[in-house]
Amino acid sequence: MGWAGYLLKRVAFAAVSIFAIVTFDFFLFRLMPGNPIQILYRSPALSPAQITSLKSQFGLNLPLYQQYLLFIRNSFTGNFGISINYLQPVSQVLFPAILNSLVLLIPANILAILLGVFAGRYAAWKRGGAADGIITGSSMALFSIPTFWLGGILILVAIFTGTLPVSGMYTLGAAYPSPLARFSDLLSHLILPLITLTLVLFGQYAVIMRNSLIDVLSEDYIIFARSKGARDAYVMRKHAMPNASLPMISIIAVNLGNTFAGAILTEVVFSWPGIGYLIYESILARDYPVLQAAFLIVAIAIVAANVCADLLYSLIDPRVRYS
Amino acid sequence: MRGTGLFIEFLHNRKGAAGLAIVAAFTFMALFAPFISPYNPTSTNPQAFLLPPSPSHPFGTDNLGQDLLSRDLYGAQISLIVGLAAAGVAVAIGLVTGLVSGYFGGLVDEVIMRIVDFFIVIPALVIMIVVAALLGPGLLNVIAVIGFLSWAPVARIIRSMVLSLRERPFVESARANNGGSLYIMFRHIFPNVSSVLYGNAMLAVSSAIFTQAALVFLGVGNVTSISWGGIIREAYTTGALTAGDMAWVVPPGIFIFTLIFGFILIGYAVEEIMNPRLRGGGSG
Repeated sequence: MGWAGYLLKRVAFAAVSIFAIVTFDFFLFRLMPGNPIQILYRSPALSPAQITSLKSQFGLNLPLYQQYLLFIRNSFTGNFGISINYLQPVSQVLFPAILNSLVLLIPANILAILLGVFAGRYAAWKRGGAADGIITGSSMALFSIPTFWLGGILILVAIFTGTLPVSGMYTLGAAYPSPLARFSDLLSHLILPLITLTLVLFGQYAVIMRNSLIDVLSEDYIIFARSKGARDAYVMRKHAMPNASLPMISIIAVNLGNTFAGAILTEVVFSWPGIGYLIYESILARDYPVLQAAFLIVAIAIVAANVCADLLYSLIDPRVRYS
Repeated sequence: MRGTGLFIEFLHNRKGAAGLAIVAAFTFMALFAPFISPYNPTSTNPQAFLLPPSPSHPFGTDNLGQDLLSRDLYGAQISLIVGLAAAGVAVAIGLVTGLVSGYFGGLVDEVIMRIVDFFIVIPALVIMIVVAALLGPGLLNVIAVIGFLSWAPVARIIRSMVLSLRERPFVESARANNGGSLYIMFRHIFPNVSSVLYGNAMLAVSSAIFTQAALVFLGVGNVTSISWGGIIREAYTTGALTAGDMAWVVPPGIFIFTLIFGFILIGYAVEEIMNPRLRGGGSG
């Protein structure tokens, strides 16, 4: 099978996955206690006229299979309904939260990947030595630490030193003299959640990089390169790293997809108004329309990242395309 | 014979021995909590609330006057029960689906693997939060939620091993001797995947302990029983954290961390013994 066929197969699989996820999403929330109409009536701020119009808009008085078809159509047009908790269209609640999440997630992932690759590479090179022990040990320790507790410890430190804000994205009610002041306020709020998330992500990158490098370092072509008299640093850069990076790249792509879901605990601890915090608040408020939409966004991010991982992998390693 | 040899090798592995010691210590703590706890963990005392650490209350008391050391000791029970039971559910489902999928191949394999792909792709923690909130508090609910949403990776690993095992001569000869599929799967193939299964089972326990604590922290799951995640949550919700009450927040987190680390060490040691390349320069 050629590359075009491979691409087509992966994209088709992604499409089927997304369809399955939308279906799952629809039925999961239909199983929740209280049907959507009762939930709408519970909201005191909606007038009976608004409820009637919402009912017809989302087909809540139609048979189940028609509701399902309507849900699929609405999902693809981004029409997720009205948030019961915020009394706004769900998309208006969701998209600012996604942006806020990205402000935290992008730098955390970049930092974690850079540190992880560097530490894992060093540990693999010195394997069996003290540096390897420290790096492997602390990586394993880092992914044993409960995220919400690590955040709590950082909050304790910040409180005792009285230096950094521990909650939210901006100081409440602050009036900023300049955009720069606003930005520096954002930065100071970003530091603690950023450290937490980076530490949580770092461990797995370091361990995967190390193990994948060690596997490569015992290959014949590495021994051959060494026996030619090539310098260690050269063998590492030219022969070992490119091959060991293959599994790293697909794991990074998959992790990036999982990152929205994985940041829930960090966002809750620091009340960072991202999509994870929104999911938490919506659970407490039983805000099903928001949960349904947030679930869909998070799942689609994962599917998209998986497809990107496969495509990237097939670009770098031609063997994958023909297997 | 082979089993004992492996166990001795496991004890000689530093990670394995350390992990086993940690898990044994927490098992002791869970079993004997009623005898070693200085107080009843649920008895409140309005005269002694929010006490700082002292000889009579080494970790102080919470806002209801409950002794925090006693609550931390009892917390080991829920973590171990949920961790082991949920991992048991996940590993059992993963093992059976992986064996069936890999052994029969064809359409069965295709269908099972697409289901596995689906369970790997969905955001598990988000679904767990939603479903746990839907089911309400209860130990069995938490075990079911974690177990039924964590089996897919195990199934995938087992299946990939079975794919190569079923082509081996010993399986072929068993088949030639008219061995039934179930017999071959459990008598001939299972023993060869069991070592990898044990390593993954330990990692499944550690992630189940983490997930249980995280769910309770988020206010869903078995919030009514005494658990480490719950103690940390109470420190957040009562404002003890922002008041800087270290004795309330720090110990339960260290316990969760140490127990998870113990199971990871065991899993890692099992993996090292099976894959000697990871061991590096001769030291274990």
